[in-house]
Amino acid sequence: MRIKIFGPPRFSFRFVSIWRRNFLVWRKFAVPSMLGNLADPALYMLGLGYGLGRLVGEVNGMPYISFIAAGTVCYGTMNSATFESLYSAFSRMHVQRTWDAILNTPTTLDDVIIAETVWAASKSLLSGIAILAVISVIGLADTFLVLWIVPLAFLVGLTFASLGLVMNALSPNYDFFLYYFTLVITPMVLLCGVFFPVAQLPDALQAVSSVLPLTHAVQIARPLVNGMVPGDLLTHILVLLAYAAVAFYVALVLSRRRMLQ
Amino acid sequence: MHMLEVTDLRKSYGDVEVLRGVSLSLARGECYGLLGPNGAGKTTTLRACLGLVEPDAGSISLLGLSVPTFAREARLRLGVVSQTDNLDPDFTVVENLLVYGRYFGIPEQTLQERIPRLLEFSELAARADSKMLELSGGMKRRLTLARALINDPDLVFLDEPTTGLDPQARHVIWDRMKQLLARGKTILLTTHFMDEAERLCSRLSIMDDGRIISTGSPQELIARHIEPEVLEVYGEGTQQWVNTHASLADRVESAGDTVFCYLRHAEPLIATLENRPSLRYLHRRANLEDVFLKLTGRDLRD
Repeated sequence: MRIKIFGPPRFSFRFVSIWRRNFLVWRKFAVPSMLGNLADPALYMLGLGYGLGRLVGEVNGMPYISFIAAGTVCYGTMNSATFESLYSAFSRMHVQRTWDAILNTPTTLDDVIIAETVWAASKSLLSGIAILAVISVIGLADTFLVLWIVPLAFLVGLTFASLGLVMNALSPNYDFFLYYFTLVITPMVLLCGVFFPVAQLPDALQAVSSVLPLTHAVQIARPLVNGMVPGDLLTHILVLLAYAAVAFYVALVLSRRRMLQ
Repeated sequence: MHMLEVTDLRKSYGDVEVLRGVSLSLARGECYGLLGPNGAGKTTTLRACLGLVEPDAGSISLLGLSVPTFAREARLRLGVVSQTDNLDPDFTVVENLLVYGRYFGIPEQTLQERIPRLLEFSELAARADSKMLELSGGMKRRLTLARALINDPDLVFLDEPTTGLDPQARHVIWDRMKQLLARGKTILLTTHFMDEAERLCSRLSIMDDGRIISTGSPQELIARHIEPEVLEVYGEGTQQWVNTHASLADRVESAGDTVFCYLRHAEPLIATLENRPSLRYLHRRANLEDVFLKLTGRDLRD
């Protein structure tokens, strides 16, 4: 095994030990972390759902609070993986030098990147479950179809974890991540149908929206929350997987370039 | 079989050649020192041996395995104490050891048996549940050493293990290193402290500018490169005294307001100091630091 910067990922189950390390840290702060996971989406759904919902009434034939519930699932799970793969991963890589310590053991950088991706997606999964609980408590979940939100949360997590790790590998410091929020995350939130239907946007922006990953997540989540099977399901899943796969490979190459020189 | 054998290692970053043909080999049970000023290439050499840097040329055999090809397998039997503190700040002392052991795939049962012994070895038994913030610098270093031993390695890399420690803490680390050697472990030590190298290393290499410039036991290096005695002279009028009597020394060097006279027999030169009360002097045997400074120069390496 030479050090091949552009080589394909080398998978090994040793990544599990690194995932467990992150899990053990999370467990120590599980209570505030889960409270955040519950309170944030609950406030969005209740605040905007009732507040703005009064003004806009029904959207696409559903109450606004139901409309926004699906948006919140995607927004919340995207945020979980994004924060984990930017700020938390950067702490482990650059500030605490945890990755350096790990690389002196029989684990490799590929194991680390796989573990970080799966871990950040696990955080999205937790966040998805929390949002699902909020949706159920409010009484928005009508059918068991809504349970498919759980695997969707993990998939959205994988996608945005990989994208986040690309930035992580490029970043000289925490401030650098603001570019990513301004240029990637904010457009994602505003153009992908989280708060209002994409159809409201001018054609040019709709075209942009159609290639952004969060749009495809929203188009899976919204029918599920409203008790319907999503149309074009395979296409949406494939787009999310493609983003995840390409971003993962780029993150891996950039991380190797950064750490193995 | 050598525990580590490095042959003609070369590495460049752009136009800068950081390793220009480094060769060294460690026999089982020895403590081998790698000495050199900052930027000499010590850390790059270590990283290459760990399989974390691909050399441009040369070969590395670590514990009989070719690196970087079989670096993962070789690291299973290797312990590393790195220069910077990379303990896990969110974990207690015990958790740091436990989590690190898992990276090696060591069964939980084995870890539960090993950890108390390692706490004992590093005198941290009373601190088992302390957080990293509650530990002194010396305790953290001891924990890092204990962590490096979690896989019961055959070979241990220690990269400047006592930098920044107070004398008491340094002595504890030295004592633990001697215990490891007594148990048959092999050690590769990098250090800036010549007394540390002289005390612990059976053999060492002095490195500068990406090359190994001399290798041997501390005594061999002193005998090979330098006069046996040193007279350090300082105080008002030193320069004038040197100008008059320099011919009695084999070699004279200045650093700041001190003059170092290297020679075989110091008595004739000491005699010239007797009626000069303004000059103070120290007469001593030559040591490794004198060799190091002769070979690598007195210029700052920032």
